[in-house]
Amino acid sequence: MLAIDVLLDKIDLTAVLIVLFKVVVVFIIGLVATMFMVWFERKIISGMQNRIGPNKAGPFGILQTLADGIKLFFKEDLLPDRADRFVFRLAPFLAFVPAFLVWSIIPLGGDFTNGKGGAIKIFGRYTLVQLADPPIGVLLLLALSGIAVYGIMLAGWSSGSKYPLLGSVRASAQMVSYEAALGLSIAAVLLVAGTLSTNGIVAVQTSLSKWHVVATGVVPFVIFLIAATAELNRPPFDLVEAEQELVGGFNTEYSSLRFALFFLAEFMNTVTMSAVIVTLFFGGPQPLKFEQGSLHFNGNLHLGVLNGTVWFIAKLFVFLYIYVWFRATLPRLRYDQLMNLGWKVLIPASLGWFMLLAAQRVATDNNWNKWAVSIISIAILGVCGLLLMAATRASAKNREREGAMF
Amino acid sequence: MQLFVFICAAAMILGGAVGVILRSHPVHAALSLILTLFGVAVLFVAQNAHFLAAVQVIVYAGAIVVLFLFVIMLLGVDKADSLRIDPVKVQRPLAAVVGVGLMGLIGAAIVQGRSTLAQRGTGIDTASGGAGRDSNIRQLATDLFSNHVFAFEITSVLLVIAVVGTVLLARRPRSSGASDGESVIRQNSGAK
Repeated sequence: MLAIDVLLDKIDLTAVLIVLFKVVVVFIIGLVATMFMVWFERKIISGMQNRIGPNKAGPFGILQTLADGIKLFFKEDLLPDRADRFVFRLAPFLAFVPAFLVWSIIPLGGDFTNGKGGAIKIFGRYTLVQLADPPIGVLLLLALSGIAVYGIMLAGWSSGSKYPLLGSVRASAQMVSYEAALGLSIAAVLLVAGTLSTNGIVAVQTSLSKWHVVATGVVPFVIFLIAATAELNRPPFDLVEAEQELVGGFNTEYSSLRFALFFLAEFMNTVTMSAVIVTLFFGGPQPLKFEQGSLHFNGNLHLGVLNGTVWFIAKLFVFLYIYVWFRATLPRLRYDQLMNLGWKVLIPASLGWFMLLAAQRVATDNNWNKWAVSIISIAILGVCGLLLMAATRASAKNREREGAMF
Repeated sequence: MQLFVFICAAAMILGGAVGVILRSHPVHAALSLILTLFGVAVLFVAQNAHFLAAVQVIVYAGAIVVLFLFVIMLLGVDKADSLRIDPVKVQRPLAAVVGVGLMGLIGAAIVQGRSTLAQRGTGIDTASGGAGRDSNIRQLATDLFSNHVFAFEITSVLLVIAVVGTVLLARRPRSSGASDGESVIRQNSGAK
């Protein structure tokens, strides 16, 4: 009913077992990737800051996360006196579960050559290398990031303390505002791909020029990257846990396992968001092919069914690194800068670019002159942009006259 | 299977609805409302209306109830209400009358329209007819942007006017004495 997978054309015991196998494997990959990400971030960032970083537990300190996890597990679980007991216990799960569910719609690999549509053969049956391919596809991402807001918001509120509350109000305001820009840049991809399903989105990105980062003209990708960073509450948008102002942010009162869940959700979200970027804009498991004169490479690494997965992981690494790089490089934004960037720059820009792509689409459908349409629509958007700038400037002047803070 | 899904979803919806009314704490009531909205989303999925289910979660659970919670938290009414004190004396009997009346109306409508309920609608025949996995969104798009494009555009104009109106009403010149924090809260509750 929910998934459209060649495997489920005939539902028998094998199919059920394969699905169960996939559930377990995807869950384990998610957990291991998260643990790895924690170590990776600490190691890379310490390299960037001329430190050594974790180096005691295991080779290169790779077991450090495990050690931290065990430590958190055995710590005392505190429940503040003024906390709302039920909501306080519920909140970590509301943060953690959506982080994992997004992982289930990511194509983690698969064979997209010769119209196989990403299906590979395991245990004698063809199946997609993703846990589920629901008809709503990427909308599930938006729905779940909407739910994840509750985890943070309720965690801060139910702690019964003012700093977590301030942190959580900030966090949820930030997430809700950037969701609009996120959704609009996803819409640009959907317009080009013509489908909602993640499998379908990957399947149309057959070559470099058809990767959506090129096909949608880079702007939606840049907007998505910025909005996703804000959605993840990662630096430079980590006002949620601005230590100098808010102690630890929404999770100040949490300890032990519940804190571990928040921590895990945060890093899991980083991994899944990078995976979503790879899926939407960089062809997911599709190999990088190029043909320039005598130089040509069809992306086959001769790894059989793992070919797509290796490509996917390679691309994923690039974005994980970029997120760490952001953290090491960029200073934190002020709250009004954050809101200005979201509402006055990213949302109009993504909306304008979406209109441009739609105009081009109409032009191709009706055989109009593509260049004329592009020039006219760019001119119109330019005028709209100038008007918007004038309006923002006028309102800023008004506010200044009225003596507002910002 | 269908019956099982329906029973579970209906239990969620009713449990949530009862929770909204009975929980004296506004935040708990809002959480119960989310439960109800999720139940409705499950029913949509069971009817193959995947897109509606997604929109239900994104818009209602993901945006509107978040705003409710914002208002509750910012206005500081997040304390349990005492049910003994009734600020408006007539509202409880009146609510009972309206509730019973509404239930009677719905019941009457079901009894009256029993024969037509079994018929299929003529708008979108089946949620998942034609074009494979994207049929939902395709059919809705054709319906909204081809058949009812004027109604759609007018609705969006109405929403824009509402937003502009709210901003105008919420903005008051600084000289009138409202402190900064107060006007922020006003704006937030107005944006609901």
